Amino acid sequence: MITAERKPMEEIIESVRPYNRILLVGCNECVTVCAAGGRKEVGILSSALQMAFMQEGKTLDIKELTLERQCDPEYVEELVTVIDQADAVLSMACGCGVQEVARRYKDKPVYPALNTLFMGAAERQGVWAERCQGCGDCILGLTGGICPVARCSKRLLNGPCGGSTAGKCEISQDVDCVWQLIWDRMKALGIENRYEEVMTAKDWRTSRDGGPRKIIREDLV
Amino acid sequence: MKDFEPVIVAFCCHYCAYTAADMAGSKRIAYPANVKIIRVPCSGKVDTIHIMKALENGADGVYVAGCLEGDCHFKNGNLRALQRVKQVQALLEEIGIEPERVEMVAMSAGMGERFAEVAFEITDKIRKLGPNPLKAGMENAKAA
Repeated sequence: MITAERKPMEEIIESVRPYNRILLVGCNECVTVCAAGGRKEVGILSSALQMAFMQEGKTLDIKELTLERQCDPEYVEELVTVIDQADAVLSMACGCGVQEVARRYKDKPVYPALNTLFMGAAERQGVWAERCQGCGDCILGLTGGICPVARCSKRLLNGPCGGSTAGKCEISQDVDCVWQLIWDRMKALGIENRYEEVMTAKDWRTSRDGGPRKIIREDLV
Repeated sequence: MKDFEPVIVAFCCHYCAYTAADMAGSKRIAYPANVKIIRVPCSGKVDTIHIMKALENGADGVYVAGCLEGDCHFKNGNLRALQRVKQVQALLEEIGIEPERVEMVAMSAGMGERFAEVAFEITDKIRKLGPNPLKAGMENAKAA
């Protein structure tokens, strides 16, 4: 899932300050699961914004709406009936959702209320951690199902480095050395001999290094 | 400001604080009429938005009254409520409203005296803090 966090209130307040009628749009997908931009968070932000401006003697006309998916044109189309009643859109989706709204409604200013962070998984209730960097050439089959691209601070393909101590990364005691995890998992699977195979340099052109990426599925287009 | 009487919303858990309020009543222990009680099935049922809406609609203070630690009828609703109260306090601070306007308190069903004591303490605290700043903001705007 794509994870995100709400921006500081000060930044959000300043972005909507010039406007009176705000369309506050949440998303029912990833940002709902990571409790950043779902219907609940839309309600809370709406209330917080209203209170922030009421202290200055101003009431906002905030319309709250949470779309099924803000990154899909068919759902963003649903805003067509309400968009004219707003001076600006404040989006609580990830960057993809914000951009989709901006693309569809070209004459309407759109502001992000979230900082989109990473593709991650829930470690437990309320804790999400980075798991995938979308490198475009998955090597999880070679590393016991644990990704060194996303989870090694240096993205080493042949780790660990000298900064690995007692299973932890040198950048922080809170960060596991992913190569320790990979080794432990390989041992558990009885495939530690694979560890000796040196991984060759990765072709990063499938990642962001090759420029913005696109998938075209001819069978679906 | 001298005659300011705060409006305080108290979300009270059915299994402890609400019963404690009842107990206070049965024992004829008076507590300030400023406190408006909303009964909830568990303090963990109180969501961030409930506290925010109470303040947005003009409450001068809000408190959530749950069971003593370890005594929650639903295991850990009171601990969840505490986390939410902390979340609201942080959010209020971000938007320039005193976080002290929101509080979490704990008591058991038998603590009628404690219920009244808490009601007095919080009413007193909010009275000193003054009215909800939203009201002043809106009144100033109206006057101007």
